[in-house]
Amino acid sequence: MDSTDLAIIGAGPAGLAAAATVAGTGASVVLLDEQPLPGGQIYRGVEMVQMLRPKTFGFFGPEFAAGADLAKALRGSAVDYRPGSVVWDVSPDLVLHYSRDGRSRGLAARHVLIASGALERPVPIPGWTLPGVMTVGALQILLKADALVPRVPAVLAGAGPLLLLLAVQYLRAGAPPTAIVETVPKDAYRRSARHLPQALRGWRSLLKGRGWMRELARAGVPWYRGCTGLRVEGGDRAEALAFDHDGGRRRIAADVIALHQGVVPNTQLTRLVGCAHDWDSGQRCFRPRLDAWQASTVEGIWVAGDGGGIAGAKAAEWQGRLAGLAIAGRLGRLDERDRDRQAAPLRTALARELAVRPLLDALYHPSPEVLCPADDVIVCRCEEVTAGRVREAVRLGCPGPNQAKSFLRCGMGPCQGRLCGLTVTEIIARERGLDPAEIGSYRIRPPLKPLPLAELAALDDEAEAPV
Amino acid sequence: MFRRTSDAIRPAGISIHFEGRPIVAQAGDSLAAALLIEDVGAFRSTPVSGAPRAPYCMMGVCFECLVEVDGVPNQQACMVQVRDGMQVRRQRGPAGMDGNG
Repeated sequence: MDSTDLAIIGAGPAGLAAAATVAGTGASVVLLDEQPLPGGQIYRGVEMVQMLRPKTFGFFGPEFAAGADLAKALRGSAVDYRPGSVVWDVSPDLVLHYSRDGRSRGLAARHVLIASGALERPVPIPGWTLPGVMTVGALQILLKADALVPRVPAVLAGAGPLLLLLAVQYLRAGAPPTAIVETVPKDAYRRSARHLPQALRGWRSLLKGRGWMRELARAGVPWYRGCTGLRVEGGDRAEALAFDHDGGRRRIAADVIALHQGVVPNTQLTRLVGCAHDWDSGQRCFRPRLDAWQASTVEGIWVAGDGGGIAGAKAAEWQGRLAGLAIAGRLGRLDERDRDRQAAPLRTALARELAVRPLLDALYHPSPEVLCPADDVIVCRCEEVTAGRVREAVRLGCPGPNQAKSFLRCGMGPCQGRLCGLTVTEIIARERGLDPAEIGSYRIRPPLKPLPLAELAALDDEAEAPV
Repeated sequence: MFRRTSDAIRPAGISIHFEGRPIVAQAGDSLAAALLIEDVGAFRSTPVSGAPRAPYCMMGVCFECLVEVDGVPNQQACMVQVRDGMQVRRQRGPAGMDGNG
């Protein structure tokens, strides 16, 4: 079997920064990533955009350009970069299995850094399974990677900075949204104000957000605040978004409807490998328990970036470098003094990035109707299981997500619970009057993504050969 | 449903087929993007109720964009790049795929 000092999963800001840091000390680094190009989702296709679409590259701004620098550093480095690799198993003894070009291979690592980033929080509302309903992140990917914008102006609905950012990017790309339907309650601004003094340490992010709001207001994009009762209407595809606003019911026609309620850590890998996780009540999600050097509770498994808790692209980069310094130290490539000296400015920069988070978490807290949807709303898209059926299972004695899985098949489809896991945990917690921390989440088993049987069979042959 | 931005590159078009119908795509497109710009509607129908589905996440997470490519089912259209001559069909209902949960 192939072996390496460090295997990194994910070529977003955290993975790229860690790869550069560790490879720079002379250690061997294998970087595995599902996409054909480096950058992760935040810097998706950044090299292509920079080279071929300078206008778009310009309006994505300096934040996106930072991704181009990370990608450039990768290209000039000794990192063994393997794009198009889907990691489907990581064992606690640090052996990875991944699929690439239709073949599965093993990789033994001395250290593993999981930098698998974030997922969009599921937004279970009536009609969210209709074609034409997509996440804000999905629409941003279509814009970055494929240069697509909606032909008919889209409705952007929900809450969070990414929603406003997409609206601004659509505006600059000549495809302004028809409306922003914000679910942030009107009193949220007042309630989150207590976090403002701390957030001012991250004043650059705050100014940026303010700039976006002004740009949207100047362009005259209709902005409905404090909306509830969101429902996508349509037959075979989305036709309109209906919602309650200021005491009345409104309906806005669109065939592209973007939903967003923030992003959450992608914890499939950290849960698979058995890392301890804690419930984050501010961000309403589970996150792996990490120490000040990004080490998880499993020896040799490290986590950097949004996969360890949502903090954004710059924080991911600093965490990737911190983890890289610690790993280089453990590999004997960096003495403790150098490690700590190099880490100090990173910790300062990281603290600045984290300062705005409590304000953002309070302001953009996911709306209650999304955390605990009405009975008739589908929560497991794969197996078409409604919130009502999950509640019924709880009343029949089902205590947690894993039992719900056997009762109802929710979480057993191809997405393996990525899109229903948090909702099912929240619903069960609410029904039982317990904290989500006590309810836990789906157990994760390999393979993390469905594999053709032939590919698994071929791997068994390889495993029998001496390694 | 979707169009290209004004500064989108126009490399030599490559030809794929969806449900037997020819479609011109751009090299480097994800298959999902190529189908979305052609406004094909549903990419698949669900095994449980036959409901229509189309891409939701565009990053390999939701498995809503499953199609059949060159006779092979369960291909995530958002994770596949277009190739000249590709034959793509909707995935209707179950296709021998079970989760592994």
